[in-house]
Amino acid sequence: MSDESPKLEGPLPPAALDDPHLQPYAKHPEGAQLVAAVAMVVGFLGFIGFGVAYWVVASTQWEAITLGVGLLGLGFGVTAWGKYLMPQGPFVEERHEFHSTEAEREAMTAAITQRGGMVVKRRRLLGGLFLAGSTAMGIVLLFPLLRSLGPKPGTTLFETNWKKGSKLVTIDGRQVTVDDLEVGGVLTVFPQGYTGSSPDQVILLRLSNQLQPLAPPGRTSWGVAGYVAYSKMCTHLGCPVGLYQEQTQQLVCPCHQSIFNVLAGAVPEFGPAPRPLPQLPITVDSSGHLRATGGFNQAVGPGFWERP
Amino acid sequence: MIDETIDGTLRWVDDRLGVAKGGRTFLDKIFPDHWSFMLGEIALYSFVVLLATGVFLSLYYIPSAHEVVYHGTYRPLDGQRVSEAYASSVGLSFDVRSGLLMRQAHHWAADIFLGSIAVHMARVFFTGAFRKPREFNWIVGVTMLILGIVNGFLGYSLPDDLVSGTGIRIAYSIIESIPLVGSYLAFFVFGGNYPGSGVILARFFIIHVLIVPLILLGLLGAHLGLLVKQKHTQFPGKGKTEHNVVGSPMFPTFMAKTTGFLFIVTGVIFLLGGFAQINPIWQFGQYEPYQISYAVQPDWYMGWLDGALRIMPSWEWVGWGHTIPLEVFLPAVIFPGLIFNILLVWPFIETRHTKDLAYHNLLDRPRDRPKRTAAGAAMLMLLGMTFFASSTDVMANFFQLPLKSVLWFFRFAVVLAPIITYFLTYKICLEMRAAEGIGKRKRALIVERSTTGEYVTVESEPRPGDGSEELEAIPVPTFIDLVPPELATGEGVRRVMR
Repeated sequence: MSDESPKLEGPLPPAALDDPHLQPYAKHPEGAQLVAAVAMVVGFLGFIGFGVAYWVVASTQWEAITLGVGLLGLGFGVTAWGKYLMPQGPFVEERHEFHSTEAEREAMTAAITQRGGMVVKRRRLLGGLFLAGSTAMGIVLLFPLLRSLGPKPGTTLFETNWKKGSKLVTIDGRQVTVDDLEVGGVLTVFPQGYTGSSPDQVILLRLSNQLQPLAPPGRTSWGVAGYVAYSKMCTHLGCPVGLYQEQTQQLVCPCHQSIFNVLAGAVPEFGPAPRPLPQLPITVDSSGHLRATGGFNQAVGPGFWERP
Repeated sequence: MIDETIDGTLRWVDDRLGVAKGGRTFLDKIFPDHWSFMLGEIALYSFVVLLATGVFLSLYYIPSAHEVVYHGTYRPLDGQRVSEAYASSVGLSFDVRSGLLMRQAHHWAADIFLGSIAVHMARVFFTGAFRKPREFNWIVGVTMLILGIVNGFLGYSLPDDLVSGTGIRIAYSIIESIPLVGSYLAFFVFGGNYPGSGVILARFFIIHVLIVPLILLGLLGAHLGLLVKQKHTQFPGKGKTEHNVVGSPMFPTFMAKTTGFLFIVTGVIFLLGGFAQINPIWQFGQYEPYQISYAVQPDWYMGWLDGALRIMPSWEWVGWGHTIPLEVFLPAVIFPGLIFNILLVWPFIETRHTKDLAYHNLLDRPRDRPKRTAAGAAMLMLLGMTFFASSTDVMANFFQLPLKSVLWFFRFAVVLAPIITYFLTYKICLEMRAAEGIGKRKRALIVERSTTGEYVTVESEPRPGDGSEELEAIPVPTFIDLVPPELATGEGVRRVMR
């Protein structure tokens, strides 16, 4: 090994084949070559296998195993070639500082501040006008980009299709009668004509079989024959509050585990939901069908700025 | 013959573009040999797989909420009314050859893409590779991470299955929670009150397959371009200084290794795609806004946000005729905004703290920067805790614990665990720094028993990597005398005795 550190600049004489830096990492290159070769052969066969699997078997698993073996075989082969059989060095390259000289920096700054400054100072009016024009352009071009996308909310977030007299129907459009549910039963219902509508989804629960309405204090007239109806949209993030635990009389939202107490007016008693599920006032008509006696008295679902 | 062809072609191109000088320098580019430098490569190659499989999927997927009747191979769905998006997603899984493999490989590649970015980023962070002059590349990297998460969410939302549809619903409510403009933004993005005017899948689709990938490609070019211009960092070691890079050359050694690695990463992804089922949308069923299933968890990289939403107390603010859903806005908008902004400006936070304005091309050992390491560990713990909090329901079931206890545990753990982690990591770093001989590769000790029954300990033979036997690093030789050594006598042939 020479005493002086290697010169990094200027032309170098050609290296000899037996230069130690050009030697492979492997102690036994022939063995390493065999390993790499076997891997590549396996890889080659894997790809052939993929072709066969694709045309003949058409199974996801066969395609995956053959393709995987092909890719891994070839990959390991090439990697082994690079790692064990190619010049291992170590080699070095010098870093060059990328910052410019002080003079170059000053020149750049001067080009902007002095040449540019001169132009702007002479023609302040034009500079101002261009600035005003491009600012206006920037702002007005946002209009189509944003405003065209959708309607303004208006009052739609406060509205549902439930109104006085709306018949409760199932997702199939079948009218719900007072005998449909056993005690402890639940059903997702919609206002007739709006099945599947997201804001209109209501969970109907039968809490007792007595004619005496069972509902939260102050709203006893909102239920009928042991039935109560709540908006099924979680007041946290709008997921359907789809889990009903009869024993504890709780409605659980599977998304973020908000738990609502059914007997107390679906007030949240646990989790991130901030408000009770809005209740839908219902009654039963003379033919035994359940109907709403009005819409919701508030916006359903998660909170938003305009909500009072 | 082949040599002449290459020479001729190169001259032709060089006459017109002048590529020879820069091209040679590029082939000579040195890549430090350290395993942790391949983490970014995993991200790069899974991105390649994402592009390739994504193109395949885009040929079959239809981004439409239009209702159709499913008639395909998957019998349980036969005759059901589903959206065109869902029907085409199930269709490309079962009725297009290799479709399921491609779809699952795409999904796995996305999860691996973001996972490798996260680990790569941790490596860059803990070794201080983001310091001057590489602040730009750190910012580019964090931006790619954010875009990757966004695109992952958009992507898994496309099939219109029950799980992803629930995710879209949640996204709508998160937008809605933004004070002042939330409901307007939500209406604009979705084209109306949820579920909107049926445009959301088409919009997600074009953002997912065109807009974000385009930006990602641009940023990726910048990321790699900066890497070439600024050259790699390296760990301290023999012959390694702030002013050089020691390792393997771009051509041929690194090129061979990295090409092999591209194949390996791709191979692993396709094996996962074929054997590890992921996102079985046919089991979830078509999304309906009034339906839901148990254990609704997002993909892993969204878990921390979902967890933050779960453990947040119900602090809705109401007053002056307005509502601010802080129980959503804080964990889903402010929290990630804060995290990403801390990440983006971290290099500048650190410079401000250390007043260190020097160039840094040699990497730190994490223990030598106890405060940074402790801060990073605390951040990982915070994100880890919110991540695990996204499975409170599953944990409660699995461990047979009350849901409330699990939730309360995480409410405390999310706050306390990062603080404890900070001080613990800080202390460990200090202890490790104080330990003698740490960080040096130790030689094995061999215990031998002599014929007289005496035990002696001897040091084993030095091994490669000990640092003792390594060669001096030299510049990559451009010209190699291909004449076998025993015949080589020419002038100027550099010969270093072995």
